[in-house]
This record gives sequence, C-alpha cells and structure tokens, in this order.
Amino acid sequence: MSDLQALYQELLLDHYRKPRNFGALALPTGRAEGHNPLCGDRVVVEVSVADERLVDVAFRGSGCAISTAAASLMSEATKGRPLAEVRELAERFRGALTSEPAGAGETLGKLDALLGVRAYPMRVKCATLAWHALESAIAKGERGGLVSTE
Amino acid sequence: MSSATRSRTAATLGDRRMADLRADFPLLGRATGPAALVYLDSAATAQKPRAVLAAMDQFYEARNGAISRGVHRLSAEATAAYEAARARVARFVGADADEIVFTRGTTEAINLVAASFARPRLGDGDEIVVTELEHHSNFVPWQLVCEERGAKLVMAPISESGEIDPEAIERLLNSRTRLVAVAHISNTLGTVLPVAEIAARCRARGIPLLVDGAQSVPHRPVDVRGLGCDFFAFSAHKLYGPTGIGALYGRRELLAAMPPWQSGGGMIRTVAVEGTTFDDPPRRFEAGTPAAAEAIGLAAAIDYVESVGWRAIADHEAELLAAAIDGLRLIPGVRILGTPRERSGVVSFVLDGVHAHDLGTVLDHQGIAVRAGHHCTQPLHRRLGLVASVRASFALYNTLEEVERLHSGVRAARDLFAR
Repeated sequence: MSDLQALYQELLLDHYRKPRNFGALALPTGRAEGHNPLCGDRVVVEVSVADERLVDVAFRGSGCAISTAAASLMSEATKGRPLAEVRELAERFRGALTSEPAGAGETLGKLDALLGVRAYPMRVKCATLAWHALESAIAKGERGGLVSTE
Repeated sequence: MSSATRSRTAATLGDRRMADLRADFPLLGRATGPAALVYLDSAATAQKPRAVLAAMDQFYEARNGAISRGVHRLSAEATAAYEAARARVARFVGADADEIVFTRGTTEAINLVAASFARPRLGDGDEIVVTELEHHSNFVPWQLVCEERGAKLVMAPISESGEIDPEAIERLLNSRTRLVAVAHISNTLGTVLPVAEIAARCRARGIPLLVDGAQSVPHRPVDVRGLGCDFFAFSAHKLYGPTGIGALYGRRELLAAMPPWQSGGGMIRTVAVEGTTFDDPPRRFEAGTPAAAEAIGLAAAIDYVESVGWRAIADHEAELLAAAIDGLRLIPGVRILGTPRERSGVVSFVLDGVHAHDLGTVLDHQGIAVRAGHHCTQPLHRRLGLVASVRASFALYNTLEEVERLHSGVRAARDLFAR
C-alpha cells in the first residue's frame, strides 16, 4: 500500500479532515461552482479581490479527500497573493499534474502533496476542480455570478 | 464444453464448474498492476465470453453483407443471421420477433418510446410516472419530453427500505397519466421491483407501462407477457454481449401505431418527392444499416447464459451477494444502502470518513474494480442524503474468494484513512 500512502499522504489527509478556509466569505466579490459529473462532487469557491490581489478566499461543498484537500491547500497557497501570481500558480499546478515530473529542485511547496494524483488519471479532475472554480470566481468577480465550471 | 455439461441445475456452481466458466472470459485472466483482477462492476458492463467474440468474428469472416439491401448471397445470409438474432431475442423475453426492435441499448430504447410513443400522446397537464430509484436513462428522457409538452413528471417514492410499493404508484395514477416507467431491478440498491403487480394496476386503468430491464436480464429469465408490461428495454453489454446493441420489446398494437423516430434507409416502403411511406415494425424503427454483428453477438450471449442455466446463475449470484453483504456488515463504519426483501446483483455502500471516490481508488489499487460515484442515480442519492457511494456488482463468473478480497480491501481503506 506504499503507493497509496504516497497518494494519501499525511498532509493531504490532514487538510481533508480539517479543511482550511472552509465556509463562506462575508462579502465576496466573486463566486463560482465546480462540478465533477463523474461522482457528483461540487465545490463552491468565493473570492474577495481588491487592487488585483486575492485578499480572501473560501470554499465549501462536499468532495473526496483529494478534491477537499486540493481546495484547502489551494486556499492557503493563494490567499493574499497578487492575481498574476495566483494565475501563474494555477497554471504550474495543472501542468505538474498532467505532465512529467518537474525538473529537480522545482517545487510547488505544499501543493506537492497532491502530485501523487499523477498516477491516477481518473482522479486528476478531483485535484483541479477547485482551481477551475477559483479562476472562474476571479474572472466573474465583477458580476459575482454563479458559474459552473464543468 | 458441451451444452449438456453446462445446463446444470445443481444448487450452486461447484468450484470446478466455476473455474470452467471463468476460463470462458479471456479478460478475467489479466492482472491490474501487481494484483489479480477482481471485477465487481458487471452492472456497469459485463465481461464477454469467447462464444460471443467468436460469433461476431465468424460473422465478419464468413457472412458480412448489408442487411436487406442486396440480392447477393452474403446480403441474404447476413439478413438471415440478423433476423435469426431477432427471433432469439424474442424467444429470450417471451415475445414475437416482430415485437423486438434492435436499438443501441436500453437508453436508446427508452428514448425511442419517449419520442415515438409518449411525445405524440402528451399534452399540457398530462403526466408520466417514474420512481425515485430510476437510472438517469429512465428519468431524463421523460423529463425532457414532459418539459417539451408541458406535461408533469411525477415521482413515485421509495420506502425506507428502498422498495417501491405498487400501491404508492397506484395512488399517483389518474386520468392524466399517459405512461408509467419503472426499473425491473434498481442498479444502485439491487431492489427487485414488483413489476407484475405494478403492471396489473396500470393495466386496470389502461395506462401503458415501460420496464427498464437493463439490470434484470443478466440475472433472471424475463417473460414480458407474464410481467404484463407494454414495453421492455435492455442492453446486450450487461448481459455478457457486445456494446452498441440492445432491444426494445413493444406490444404489437402499440408499435403498429407509433410513427418513426429516426428516418433514412432500411425503414421505408416507398420514397417519392410527394412523400414517404414506412415499413412495418420493427424495421420502421431501425433506420440505417443495423449493427448486425452486434445483434448476432447478443444472440450468442443469450445462448451462453441459457446454457449455463438460470437456476445455477441465480443460486450462485445469491450466494455471492449474501456473503458480500454479511462481510460488509462486519466492517465498522460501513453502511449498506437499502434493505429490500428481494435484492439482486448489486450492493451499494458508504464507509464513514472515506469518500466513495477515495474508496474506489484504494480498491482499484488492490486490483478490485467497483463503481464509485452516483451510478447515474442522482435523484436517489439525494433522497438518501448522499452524493456518492460504492457499488459492488456480481456476475456468474465471480467467486467467494473475490468477495473476501472486497472485504479486505474495504478494511485496508479504513485503516489507511484512520492512520
């Protein structure tokens, strides 16, 4: 079961059991919903954007360990950062999940905990669901619309 | 293996017999990663015996020609084989050959009835009744045609045990009810619905009944006249046959009154600029060159299943299902969905603290293939307060050893998430 422990590592299980930034924002500037039609999971991501910076982010919904931990780790990794950095991180994260391992020394910090998903192609969408919703929430921020990101 | 040795009626398939049957299914020998495959997803699609693959190969190698479209020998032989397959399917469900329409599967059969039977009969305020446990394929087509016609889709409730009370359906019937559509066996709970009783209540009011037989035909003999239904739909691929083929039984009088739902070659009588006249059922509903090899594969699958014998299959699968449920009940944190008195083929469950998707991945890692998700029954899962569950489904080739591997796999998942 050692490969599985690489997938479901301590950090991931910790974020699954105690998701960070879980809930709703008092005054979101944008919100989007992501669906995984395969399993029926859904995640709602709310953002508060000011001066091209992601001031605050929260998520809620029901999901598997991977999608919940991915959303939680995403919220930690992006909260307070400039939007340009958030978008770049989203790009790098998706790239890391769908391509060969990055070069030596390159790291996504705590997000590396999710890279075990690479070995389980059916589960990659679980790890990227919240990121798609985050980008939609930011993009639709001005209107605060509810967007499905299937 | 001769058919004489296959058609045993012993209480269970003994170990030796079981090994013989498994050897009929080439795919079951493969490994997945380090572990031998434990295939517990036959309710999604069953594996195929060599007899089915050989029948299809033989058709392509020796008799392939366009059906009903030529005067040459191959076309004649192919047409004869295709129509023989239709007759075989008819005999399988107790119907006549002209009441069997080949479709791509259960989904297309239900869509055919929705488009050609329900749509012209539905008006503003009319109603179609389905149950809360339907597969999306016996739900969404009715929802769409109701929306289009201003009709209402009425849901018959499930009981706490996950059963459907015929009286609960009867209470929903009224002068506006145009059709009732129910599963024969629930693909999620395994509940066997009292279809004959439902049919009797519908018939007393002159309301047609469609039965979704996708989950029943692999597990029990079906007699559409005995059930008393008006339509019966099923797929080949869950019955050890090929994908891309299934059948719709429709009562002769009803099919005769239905207009075509797709048009093109093969379903016409005469075509002129002024207008077109159509062939009689069932060809009226089979536009285009049909899936002949697949129809022949379906007939071979029926031959295979009947040669094993219904009694042997039913007894063996009941033993597997009972063992699966007994063992799952012993695992702390496991909750089994539904407690129907009569259950067939499948058991769905959830494990506290482990999402169905994660449980599915952990089982897959051990070579165990199960379904994880909503199994195309989102309304039912919502009714049960769930988003997803894990489903193990059983076929004639599964073994008690595989059931034990399922149990140890679920325990391993629990341990992994409890660390």
